[in-house]
Amino acid sequence: MDVLNYPFDNGYILKKRKSIKREILSDGTDRIKKKIAVLGGSTTSDIVSVLELFLLNEGIEPEFYECEYAQYWQDVMFENPELLKFSPDIVYIHTSSRNITEKISVKQSACEIEQKLNEQYRHFEVMWDKIKALFGAVIIQNNFELPYYRLLGNKDASDIHGLTNFICRLNMKLYGYSERNENFFINDINYLSASYGLDKWSEPKWWYMYKYCLCLDAVPELCFNISNIIKSIMGKNKKAFALDLDNTLWGGVVGDDGVDGIVIGKETAEAEAYYEFQEYIRAHRDIGVLLTVASKNDEENALAGLNHPDGALKPEDFISVKANWEPKNINIQNIADEIGLLPESFVFVDDNPAEREIVSAQLGVKAPRIGQVDSYIKTLDKNGFFEVTSISMDDLKRNEMYETNAKRNRQKSMFESYEDYLLSLEMNAVIRDFEPVDIQRITQLTNKSNQFNLTTKRFTLSQMEELYKSSGYIRLCGRLTDKFGDNGIVSVVIGKINGESLDIILWLMSCRVLKRDMEYAMLDTLVKNAAQRGIKKLKGYYYPTAKNKMVRTLYSDFGFEKIYEDSEKNTVWSLDINGYGEKNKVITVKE
Amino acid sequence: MDRQVIIKRLNEVFRDVFDDANIVVDAQTTADDIEDWDSIEHINLISAVESEFKIRFTMGEVSGMKNVGEMIEIIEQRA
Repeated sequence: MDVLNYPFDNGYILKKRKSIKREILSDGTDRIKKKIAVLGGSTTSDIVSVLELFLLNEGIEPEFYECEYAQYWQDVMFENPELLKFSPDIVYIHTSSRNITEKISVKQSACEIEQKLNEQYRHFEVMWDKIKALFGAVIIQNNFELPYYRLLGNKDASDIHGLTNFICRLNMKLYGYSERNENFFINDINYLSASYGLDKWSEPKWWYMYKYCLCLDAVPELCFNISNIIKSIMGKNKKAFALDLDNTLWGGVVGDDGVDGIVIGKETAEAEAYYEFQEYIRAHRDIGVLLTVASKNDEENALAGLNHPDGALKPEDFISVKANWEPKNINIQNIADEIGLLPESFVFVDDNPAEREIVSAQLGVKAPRIGQVDSYIKTLDKNGFFEVTSISMDDLKRNEMYETNAKRNRQKSMFESYEDYLLSLEMNAVIRDFEPVDIQRITQLTNKSNQFNLTTKRFTLSQMEELYKSSGYIRLCGRLTDKFGDNGIVSVVIGKINGESLDIILWLMSCRVLKRDMEYAMLDTLVKNAAQRGIKKLKGYYYPTAKNKMVRTLYSDFGFEKIYEDSEKNTVWSLDINGYGEKNKVITVKE
Repeated sequence: MDRQVIIKRLNEVFRDVFDDANIVVDAQTTADDIEDWDSIEHINLISAVESEFKIRFTMGEVSGMKNVGEMIEIIEQRA
């Protein structure tokens, strides 16, 4: 819903939240259900109701537990039975500088202040450890905003006796915990309050009157920030940019003004603004975001513009450049098909509101209102489309992998048969049980795969860790390498042992290795492992969604027999593994 | 500002906040007359009224207001 896209109107969201909620829910789509405990050190009621809107808008349906006023610590430490019963997937701890209980003063020694700092930190650390032990839940913890007054003036920041100094050091300790604990995320209210305006954010009357640690008007900003963290953990980040060129990546129209006439570089204020924007876009490659172009231009002109000597971006930075006179929604759909992504994984950046309108209406693609060139970066950045919650090696290598994919597609046309082509790729797979280093990538893949995914079952990191420790499952992850490079872990299969049969609760594969027979290699290994465990029968499940049509015949292609179908077309399949013949003929498999 | 205009605009704010198109407020309306008007919605209501009329209530005014009539009087003086 556009009213929930940044830049949004805080007052409008707060006032209209009930009718906004009704409108979001009226679309009738299926959403991922998550249980979220909101544990506050101050009032949280409006935070819960606004956070709900942003999450619903991202396809997540939250069920909330809210602690009694300011009972965040007691609820955890004394194991409130209601909280235990609720058993959250995510715990959000809404604390602020109002919850700092240690008092420091200029009369104390460095040693005493150090001790207070450690005690204040320990107060939180014991709680996080306890949450981890009780629920294994994801923890989202506010850091601390700067104080709204400075007893020592400027020295408040630089002197250990200053509260500002104390808060900064306390925050550093929080970040240390976050580095050591994978399921722990900081909600950076220190940044948010600065960006919003600390004086307004911390306006004390909200505390005196309602025990709010921030002003009501800032609540949507806070909630949007939290929802970005959650959607990123759930694998709902965007993956690619589709960029317009004229008046988006440079000033002017290259087809009319010529390469020499476009505005980019360092010579004028406007040129510098476009240059910094190009640098900002280019930096996204490093965090695994794919860059593509959808522009109404002759291709020759588009490339000439991208080759401008004063630009930061070059044609080779893009996975795909579509410069032609087709409607942009068609071009983006084509780019998506080409690189194996869904259109909704794109963020469309265009200065022209009419183009944004058609692309977002036709494809459901986010097309932010970016305004003038000097606000492009701010608008995209605050939208948090690519919120980083973990940096995996796969993210860093994603551009490379998609580039080699494009190369493979070009090779395809040179072979007699498809099997010849597959053999020429010299594919090697390692298919084996999970190992601890894989769990993060496996969870990420599980939560973002929509198309080649038979059950679309999602797991949090801690659920996956749990499953990894259990002996009641056969787990396989497959890594595929070919002569062009390593594709990383691309397929995950999990079967639950049920006497002499194996229930395949998860079967998925990354679309970047479609039509490579990797699914056959996975099945071969699954059958082998199952036989070793004394299993006689495999049971497969297919639950149709709007996105996984491509695998509706997978089990029948495998030779399974359909044994059940309900009114919603959910199907159950069975395969007797006695007499199974290996299906993969093109991949060399190691275990 | 004209009292009738204030009441009309105030009425819209109440309808948005309580998500009820049938609400009609007058000077005598109190929290008891509107089902969802509890202490939590009160915060949201005050904030929405402040931004509608571009005014700020003082802390004393917020806790002292007994009915919509007193709210209207404050708005009359400020807006």
